[in-house]
Amino acid sequence: MSYEERRTWIYAAIAAMVPAVYAVIMLGRLADAGAAEISYAQPLLVAIGAGMVANFLAGMLIGAPDRRDERDVGIFRHGTQAGYFVLAAGAAGVLALTLAEAAHFWIANALYLAFILDALVSSAVKIVAYRRGF
Amino acid sequence: MGKPTKVTNSIRYLRFTHGEMTQADLAARVGVTRQTVIAIEQGRYSPSLEVAFQIARVFGVPLEDVFHYPADKP
Repeated sequence: MSYEERRTWIYAAIAAMVPAVYAVIMLGRLADAGAAEISYAQPLLVAIGAGMVANFLAGMLIGAPDRRDERDVGIFRHGTQAGYFVLAAGAAGVLALTLAEAAHFWIANALYLAFILDALVSSAVKIVAYRRGF
Repeated sequence: MGKPTKVTNSIRYLRFTHGEMTQADLAARVGVTRQTVIAIEQGRYSPSLEVAFQIARVFGVPLEDVFHYPADKP
């Protein structure tokens, strides 16, 4: 497995695990109070920061990057493009929530979800391209 | 594993006939990763023309001796 593929797997794993922990915390709080009263900003920022730090540390742990060739670049573009459509759809959903004057909680979390889905979809597309051909 | 390309190649044979050249050796000489050489060999990736020419040059043969494309059926 190339460095870039390993990196993609790690990126996907972090993109799945960190939001899962955040979601569990938020669902617990939602059970006790309405969306408008929930304190979500700090956990959300911590989740975003934790994801970035985890990615940085994981990148250091798996060692120095080896050669990145044209196939890696092509697969990266292919995955990023797929993620872009997901992110765009998510942004449209966020816009709809804003126009509907939804609680900030839902708007912020919908945006976070859009970024997470972008990361997961782009990673999945890249992994499939690495495994099955591109 | 799917084969997204109709392009086939003789890289494995050419490596064998060129002193059992390893995939790592070929990758280093062409300037790609070993995983990319494996993907090309298995038909999971069609390289750019530039890399295709570089592979052919390593073996000292014309491009058509390395990569093949099936003729259209009449």
